Amino acid sequence: MAQPDNFGFGEEAALLKASARKFFSEKFPTSDLHALVAGDHRPERGSECLWNSKLWQEMVDLGWTMLAVPEAAGGVGMPAVAVAGLAEELGRAAFPCPLLGTINATYVLAACDSAQSALAEIAGGCSASLAITNQAGSWSPGDTDVVWADGKLSGTAWYVQDARKVDRLLVSASSTAGVGLYWVAADAPGITLVPDTILDLTRDQAHVSFDGVAAEEVSANGLAALAEAMPAVWTVLAADIVGAAEWQLQTTVEYVATRQQFDRPLGFFQAVKHPLVDVMLQIDQTKSLVYNAACAIDSEPERALQYAHMAKASASETAAYASGRSVQCHGGIGFTWECYVHLYFKRQKHSQMLWGDAAWHRARLADIVIGPLAPAGS
Amino acid sequence: MSDSASKDSPEQAEFREYCRTWIEANRPPDPTVRLPLSALEIMTTEQLSYLQAWQKAAYDAGLVGCDYPAAVGGGGRKDCQRVANEEMLAARTPYFPNIIGLGMAAPTVFYHAQDELKERLLPRLFSGEDIWCQGFSEPGAGSDLASVQTFAERKGDKWVINGHKVWTSLAHFAEWMILLLRTDKSHKYDGLSYFVVPIRAALGKGVTVRPLIKITGETGFNEVIFDNLEVDDSYRLDELGKGWQVAMTTLLHERGAGELQTPRAGGLKSKGSHATTAYNLIDFARSAIRDGHPAAQDPLLRDRMMQQLICEAGLAQNQRRARVPALLDHPMRLQLQNKLLASEISQDTAALALEVAGASASLYLGDPNAPAGGQWNLAYMNSYGMTIAAGTSEVQRNILGERVLGLAKSK
Repeated sequence: MAQPDNFGFGEEAALLKASARKFFSEKFPTSDLHALVAGDHRPERGSECLWNSKLWQEMVDLGWTMLAVPEAAGGVGMPAVAVAGLAEELGRAAFPCPLLGTINATYVLAACDSAQSALAEIAGGCSASLAITNQAGSWSPGDTDVVWADGKLSGTAWYVQDARKVDRLLVSASSTAGVGLYWVAADAPGITLVPDTILDLTRDQAHVSFDGVAAEEVSANGLAALAEAMPAVWTVLAADIVGAAEWQLQTTVEYVATRQQFDRPLGFFQAVKHPLVDVMLQIDQTKSLVYNAACAIDSEPERALQYAHMAKASASETAAYASGRSVQCHGGIGFTWECYVHLYFKRQKHSQMLWGDAAWHRARLADIVIGPLAPAGS
Repeated sequence: MSDSASKDSPEQAEFREYCRTWIEANRPPDPTVRLPLSALEIMTTEQLSYLQAWQKAAYDAGLVGCDYPAAVGGGGRKDCQRVANEEMLAARTPYFPNIIGLGMAAPTVFYHAQDELKERLLPRLFSGEDIWCQGFSEPGAGSDLASVQTFAERKGDKWVINGHKVWTSLAHFAEWMILLLRTDKSHKYDGLSYFVVPIRAALGKGVTVRPLIKITGETGFNEVIFDNLEVDDSYRLDELGKGWQVAMTTLLHERGAGELQTPRAGGLKSKGSHATTAYNLIDFARSAIRDGHPAAQDPLLRDRMMQQLICEAGLAQNQRRARVPALLDHPMRLQLQNKLLASEISQDTAALALEVAGASASLYLGDPNAPAGGQWNLAYMNSYGMTIAAGTSEVQRNILGERVLGLAKSK
């Protein structure tokens, strides 16, 4: 299948992206974000789950959480390029909410054989998150510490994103038959949710223990479903990174255009100007790769894996570089809690590693492009 | 069907089919001489004649200058040069020799010359019969281009030109030169004017062309000295004192950011020439043995090859996104990155290839054991031509910082 020249980014997608940007800039300026999540600066403040659930409900009412749900399951069935556009705007606002988790769960469920009722729940406004990572933090889909036996889940899922904000969990667990996927209410009896203390103030994270928890099996062949859906998971997160990096660039450019030293705005000096141009170059390459990957998910699925590895590898580099320059170019004020750049710095550091960092994705890309690495010693 | 074909207008679709059929039937025979990496390195008349014959054939068939009006020798089509380019690229045809003419002189002449001059110059430019060169840089005016000192003094209907231009690619074959010079010494920018000059006719009569030897040992560019050269006022483009504005048209097109699409054939991907791409690098790494194993099996080198591959894909997708307004926040943002990214990425790819080569990176052109005939070394050194010419990477970053990010001008 061939990709359309314009990434398939049509009028509806453009409208959605524009309205999302307007929504966040009007209803949730960065000052609100800072007031919401940065009230307590003490490192020992512990793990808090601070978010605006009223605005989240507005997003749900706008239908944003069901965009990726196929029409057959009661959703909107928007293409991945449109979803990427929304994720980019979410990242630009760094809005704390389980939108990405819900979208991730949607893509995995859509690749499962018997997930119609779970998808219908998402279409009905349920939020969800993936619980598919083990304690070692392996990003290889299917590496799970949870076991499925006698119709019950046991064990612990780690690095569960926005766990305290969601209604449902989509859990991967191993059984004698392989790795399956299971749909369960986040507050089901037997579930213990232990919040992690994390750097990122715009997310929450937890490890979730299952002690003989009854759950609905949505796929007995979880590896296949995850393999199909992970390119979308990586691409959507990469889109979020692009939006956040664009905020970092714009905010830093505004600062260096205003701040005067040596009788000139800082941006006059090439030691400041050129690195900011490099941030722009990285953002643009990542953004182009994100829409290429999203378009592949929609219309060239045989290339989606390869393109999504490229997008997330590029995004992780961009997250790191844009973050570093945003703090450095702000100088002393950038090193303080009162300056907003730390909110995005921390969100980006989290996104950089989440679902695989640049080296992880490049290693897998190399396996595809060059061929697998021969075993050591051969 | 190619990706881009799916979005063709009816005119483009029909033209694409025509191009494909014509190329299939008229592909030139393989050259009997080694062709250089690009037209900028043409050294011999044998190389030039082969490439000129190809450009003339393509022009006569309507594949060059497609989007220019018929009155100036163009095809009078709409957005069809891109189609012809895509088909020639896909067919890996040879490149065109008149690269400065097509990419820089043609749009400048088209936008700024009198009709009579356009009608006279452009057909022979498109056909490649007249090779063009560019007289911009001088020994004292590189990145600070507006400080050029070559001076034209008025003498009735004529101008008398004195000065010294450098890095003039193709001047030794060129009939014509686009020339930025000074007509007023009291104003830096507003004292500049722009001419087209028939330099070949004036060799030995006011014009001297001397080859400069490049870092690679190849010739290809020159210095050009003007010693009381008389030219007619009708060769002036646009108004007196508007040279800087005219030069911006040239530079915009040179950097691939102009309105008119430059006719391009095979370029670096043409048959028989060596492309500095990550895929070629990966192929090379499969056969390059390091510590008894193919370099393609070294995890660190694999990682760096993937970095290059991703950057190349990012650039290609930028070019695609540049045509999707809904995914652009600033109209010039991607176009202005093109030259900077393309030159730096290929430089890094060539540099990595030389690391992959290990000990054999020491072997140069002519050594029977040199990997790829020494082409990686050649490509690496030539890549500095790309990051320096047409505005150095540093100047490109200034332009991007100032015009796109809106930061204070560094001059």
